[in-house]
Amino acid sequence: MTVTPLLQVEDLAIAYKTGDREQRVVHGVSFSVAPGEVVALVGESGSGKTTTAQATLGLLAGNGRVESGTIRLNGTDITHWSQKRLDSIRGAVVSLIPQDPGSSLNPVRTIGSQLAEVLQIHKRGDRKAIHARVIELLERVGLTPAEMRARQYPHELSGGMKQRVLIAIAVALNPALIVADEPTSALDVTVQRRILDLIDELRRESGTAVLLVTHDLGVAADRADRLVVLQNGRIQEQGPVKDMLAAPRSAYTRRLLADAPSLGKPRPARPGIESQDFAIEVTGLTHDFPVSGGEATSFRAVDDLSFKVRRGTTHAIVGESGSGKTTAIRSVVGFIKPTAGRILVDGVDLTTLKGEKLRQFRKHIQLVYQNPFGSLDPRQTIARIVEEPLLNFEPIPAADRARKVRDMLARVGLSENFLDRHPRALSGGQRQRVAIARALVLDPRVLVLDEAVSALDVTVQAQILSLLDELQKTLGLTYLFVSHDLAVVRQISDTVSVMHKGRQVDGGPIETVFGRPDSAYTRELIDAIPGRGLPVLAVPPELPPRLSP
Amino acid sequence: MARYLLGRVGQALAVLALTFTAAFLLLQVLPGDAIMIKFMSPDMGLTADQIAEIRASYGADRPLWERYFTTVGNFLTGNFGISIQAGVPVSQQLATNLPPTLLLASLAFVAALILTIILATVSNMVGMEWLRAGLQALPSLFISVPVFWLGIMLIQVFSFQLGLVSVISPGPVERLVLPVLTLAIPISAPLAQILMRNIDQVLAQPFVAVARAKGASRNWVLWRHVARNAIMPTLTIAGVLFGELLAGAVVTEAVFGLSGLGGLTYQAVGNHDTAVLQAIVVVSALAFVTINLIVDLLYPVLDPRLGTKVGAAT
Repeated sequence: MTVTPLLQVEDLAIAYKTGDREQRVVHGVSFSVAPGEVVALVGESGSGKTTTAQATLGLLAGNGRVESGTIRLNGTDITHWSQKRLDSIRGAVVSLIPQDPGSSLNPVRTIGSQLAEVLQIHKRGDRKAIHARVIELLERVGLTPAEMRARQYPHELSGGMKQRVLIAIAVALNPALIVADEPTSALDVTVQRRILDLIDELRRESGTAVLLVTHDLGVAADRADRLVVLQNGRIQEQGPVKDMLAAPRSAYTRRLLADAPSLGKPRPARPGIESQDFAIEVTGLTHDFPVSGGEATSFRAVDDLSFKVRRGTTHAIVGESGSGKTTAIRSVVGFIKPTAGRILVDGVDLTTLKGEKLRQFRKHIQLVYQNPFGSLDPRQTIARIVEEPLLNFEPIPAADRARKVRDMLARVGLSENFLDRHPRALSGGQRQRVAIARALVLDPRVLVLDEAVSALDVTVQAQILSLLDELQKTLGLTYLFVSHDLAVVRQISDTVSVMHKGRQVDGGPIETVFGRPDSAYTRELIDAIPGRGLPVLAVPPELPPRLSP
Repeated sequence: MARYLLGRVGQALAVLALTFTAAFLLLQVLPGDAIMIKFMSPDMGLTADQIAEIRASYGADRPLWERYFTTVGNFLTGNFGISIQAGVPVSQQLATNLPPTLLLASLAFVAALILTIILATVSNMVGMEWLRAGLQALPSLFISVPVFWLGIMLIQVFSFQLGLVSVISPGPVERLVLPVLTLAIPISAPLAQILMRNIDQVLAQPFVAVARAKGASRNWVLWRHVARNAIMPTLTIAGVLFGELLAGAVVTEAVFGLSGLGGLTYQAVGNHDTAVLQAIVVVSALAFVTINLIVDLLYPVLDPRLGTKVGAAT
């Protein structure tokens, strides 16, 4: 028997107009989604996955245009429907779960009214019936007490709760197809898991099909029936998830699978790990923030955090948003003074340093920031960016500086051609290499990496991680690696501190913490890592196939 | 909320007090005063003693600080002093001249807002892309037009060439049409520019895409999602521009030969009639402060994020 596909995309080509030129970003893409099926569009940034998904809703950005090909919904060609006609099916037959719950709800309207809106637009009942349905939907997605939630504004809800509201909007009219565009990339891993479970559950109840757009192969493997792998606007491979993971045919898919951090092996324990030579010793670090109003007068962001990092090794601080990890490392690099505790870097207590001494000490401990797009001055050349830290300390002749800059760029794998370029001409991975070069140009002993690879695509992420590994070996660097991503942490770290609500709930060598976590929270974090559906092959032999107890 | 309100009212009062003091000091350091201008003219034939007597009767011979506190006391009790040139209480002059100017300024303010909204709405309609480009260029043109020139051009076109508005003994409404337009057009220009830019910014927000994905039409999104978010920054500027409106009213009244605060100010400046000028400055500042206070108080109504404490519930 053959089922008519719910969504059938054939030979789709989409172009964006920039200035006078049209640039094609999607080339001859064909795939279909059967009723009730979950199909994942997987690819890195710039692969055309989001553009393809937007086209199925008729919501391309203003300068985008379908050049050729067809999009059929239930057999009807909707490719050239007017916006007015599309309005009648959007929300009712096809709906959207957007990427960033933080900005996807109107800040000046209550969530109840925004949920009711989809029912009003499609005229489903009178005021009373709509209100009843709103309450029912809010309860269904787990937002209780629903009456109270309906009257709240988006800023009164957490990210996960906002995404629940958006899911309620998407399922309100029992659509045949939900387009979920990176529905959880902005969320913490435990929240991500609960949200994906919720989508799964609702989908099963109503037999809704899902077109899941994701950069995360682990999420796709866990949740989809079939995968469509896109690269540079072209389909590289598509097929059932199991077949593709077991025997990927295209080189690109193999590359993606190899680079997916959830598959990675923990780094083998290295010699010298028993040494008592510590580059960083943090004891009883506590930081209180004053709070105005309310009962309490202060909020304890970091509570009695202690850890030691051996020279030449990597220590990771893991936690979700609000865990206090950022506050902790801001103290370690000396940007803020902790309320209590000692921070020894190379035997010097940072908390006792002030003014010029503290400034001079920064030479030894450098920071690489999360966002490679925001951390480089767009008006400076790469040479200038890398050179700048040298100008802040004792003067070095210009020729020596230039040589140092060239050496450092070569070390991070960038040729001399980059010297005169500006950051805008660089990709995200190249920018992060520049940021690393800038941090290393002062020959620091400790490098603090604040979510340094979180904004990068998996293959670029894998390249940066191996660069960091190599630099550590040759320069004997000590890394303090801050991340929310346990899979990445497992790949790069020797030791780890897991933080939760300001406290360290687990700590020690990576294999101990991941293999036999002390706290329920760490166990939950590990369980929530997507990618359980990925091939068993990839799970390192020294660990049981399932990390859960 | 109560703290926010009290804070804003306190700020408004502080601005008023500072304006009053600054105006008082500046008016006092001006060389010469109204008494000299009026009574020292040779036609009066007064002796120096007589003039000194008149000065004493007006309290002009007292030390500065004493006059300052007397004036503060008088203003607080609603006594604005006496116009030396006209010989009548300033409050009486204000009573005749303030209402027509307030009417003109308020009508112009409302007209400017209506013009702004029309410009922004039309330029966002589908199929109006050509008009949009044109309209977006227009505001910069409006900004660079001087008020007096605009007033003269409007009279030239609408009264003399088209004969739509009569210049000779026009009716009470007809009389106001062109002055209101003259004032409103330059104000609506920067407002429309800001509103259009804000609308574009809000339209690029993900929540607009979510609303479209619900099946909402472009107009639905524009009115129910974009309008309220885009209007807030525009309001701030509207409050600031109200000051411009008061200044513009002076010129406009002169061009159209209307009586009002403009004429009064003009005369008072010429005659160094400090009591009148002091009262005009305070009244203008009061109007300005009130408008901006209203704008500030509207914020929490329009944006719920300002009404409650920051921090997500968990």
